[in-house]
Amino acid sequence: MSKTVIELQGIKREFIVGEETVHALRGVSFSIKEGEFVTIMGSSGSGKSTLLNILGCLDTPTAGEYLLDGIPVRKMTKNKRAVLRNRKIGFVFQNYNLLPKTTAIENVELPLMYNSDVSAAERRERAIASLKAVGLGDRLEHKSNQMSGGQMQRVAIARALVNNPAVILADEATGNLDTRTSFEILVLFQKLHAEGRTIIFVTHNPDIASYSSRNIRLMDGHVVEDTENRNILSAEKTLAGLPLNEDE
Amino acid sequence: MNGTNLFKIALRALANNKMRAFLTMLGIIIGVASVITMIAIGQGAKKSIQDEISGMGSNMIMIHPGGERRGGVRLDASEMQTLKVADYEALREECIFLTGISPNVTASGQLICGNNNYPSSVSGVGTDYIDIRQLNIGKGEMFSETDIRKSAKVCVIGQTIVDNLFPDGTNPIGKIIRLNQVPLKVVGVLEAKGYNSMGMDQDDIVIAPYTTVMKRLLAITYLEGIFASAVSEDMTEYAIDEITEVLRKQHKLKDGEDNDFEIRSQQELSNMLNTTTDLLTTLLACIAGISLLVGGIGIMNIMYVSVTERTREIGLRMSVGARSVDILAQFLIEAVLISITGGVIGVLGGCGASLAVKWLAHWPVYIQPWSVVLSFAVCTVTGVFFGWYPAKKAADLDPIDALRYE
Repeated sequence: MSKTVIELQGIKREFIVGEETVHALRGVSFSIKEGEFVTIMGSSGSGKSTLLNILGCLDTPTAGEYLLDGIPVRKMTKNKRAVLRNRKIGFVFQNYNLLPKTTAIENVELPLMYNSDVSAAERRERAIASLKAVGLGDRLEHKSNQMSGGQMQRVAIARALVNNPAVILADEATGNLDTRTSFEILVLFQKLHAEGRTIIFVTHNPDIASYSSRNIRLMDGHVVEDTENRNILSAEKTLAGLPLNEDE
Repeated sequence: MNGTNLFKIALRALANNKMRAFLTMLGIIIGVASVITMIAIGQGAKKSIQDEISGMGSNMIMIHPGGERRGGVRLDASEMQTLKVADYEALREECIFLTGISPNVTASGQLICGNNNYPSSVSGVGTDYIDIRQLNIGKGEMFSETDIRKSAKVCVIGQTIVDNLFPDGTNPIGKIIRLNQVPLKVVGVLEAKGYNSMGMDQDDIVIAPYTTVMKRLLAITYLEGIFASAVSEDMTEYAIDEITEVLRKQHKLKDGEDNDFEIRSQQELSNMLNTTTDLLTTLLACIAGISLLVGGIGIMNIMYVSVTERTREIGLRMSVGARSVDILAQFLIEAVLISITGGVIGVLGGCGASLAVKWLAHWPVYIQPWSVVLSFAVCTVTGVFFGWYPAKKAADLDPIDALRYE
């Protein structure tokens, strides 16, 4: 039995907007074990962004407890959460969020820049290893504005991997990409899953669910569906079946 | 958090926006350069005036006959004759704050030597005169106390006199020059001093024993003035008090009676000129300081815009583990780097501009080391001070909002 990486216990999150209290999450509980590839789905307003913020330690729940790799997060200060993010979480965003005019390697080094335990030499070594893992070993010195969307997202994934996180959080990671490139990225995620990484993929695209190992659906701040996917499709096969893009 | 890493992060961020960083720096560069140049010009003016005055003898004291002049009251001719040789001798004996003292009488006229003549005047003085006026003998020698006692017909001449009376370059030593039919043998030539700041030729000078001038040239028994030098510039005031006391005693003036002589010191002149140049320097420094302030506001402005422009970047940095203090430090380091780099360029530019003014406009320029240190310190403080607000704004951003900022 592998260990539990994420444990949510009755998470509630309320926002006060003017006079009104908005209940974004109304008691969400689930746990994710190491090596799972979970998609969190839901329409807009379902609370999935709020859940992602809490999972990513960017936000804290109003009630309930969140244990990340066994560490309780709710009472943590802003600074401690920043350090926790630095060591335990890798983010992949919809719009890549790479530093402009900066080389791939420097972008990937970024999380380690905020970790003084890692020396400059080790930082570079790990960044190169990370970029090789996402298939960009030949584009180390390319600047972010010289790369395609798919390449930028690969750099972003390499950046998420470089601190060897407990969990990778992807927020609509394929949302800005065309179908073919989306599947290329999915192939990469499946590869990482196969290597034993824990991945949480937040999306509103139901197709992606069939490529993950578990699917959680949110609606109005509740978990309405939590199913294990026994028939994981191979993104690689789907990709092979797609027509080739003319421009590539 | 590791300081070197933050420094690297800030440096990379600046390198990514070289043009913006340079334009931000421009304000600081101009500010620092103008502070240094302005102060250099102001101090140069002050220093050249001071040099001028000390060249004339900054501790020189001049005693002239005649009391305070009251408006409209005509002076009695006898009032101009109150200073006697006896006064000079008394001062020489009694004053302990004086290092040198010399009487002064002047005879004007046409100097003649062979075919050449030149209108000038002969100052009758004592042997201390050359020390008081900080003159140096270039050739020959100064006349002696014996010459004074004997009213010897000797003189020491300045370079302008040499040029006019001996244009063919003959050695003037031992030659006879005449003033009003009185022959004077040249025993020495003074070193050239050039023009002073008032445009007076300091080499247009002939000095002779005062006894000679009084008896042989002017036939008078009073002195036109007495020159003295105080032991030091600071002691000038004590020396003046001492002279006043001695002269009042000599002249048997009762308490309440006005002085029948007037004492002036170079220090008064130097104080007055210093006040003027200090005012000038302060004014220039104020103008330059304002430009430095404007430069600082420029930094704040650009950094503030930069924080807004880089909101997403800040959000990303926070999401990958930068703490508020890291973001604060990054933006502060950026601001300080901009202002220090601007400061360095400004210092170089300021020194360059000062030297350019010196060479091109031939103004006296004196680069003050303290102005370099000061403006450098000010621009660093400016960087921190004006960088603080934008940096704080960046650090206080919420990572969730910052990441979604469009």
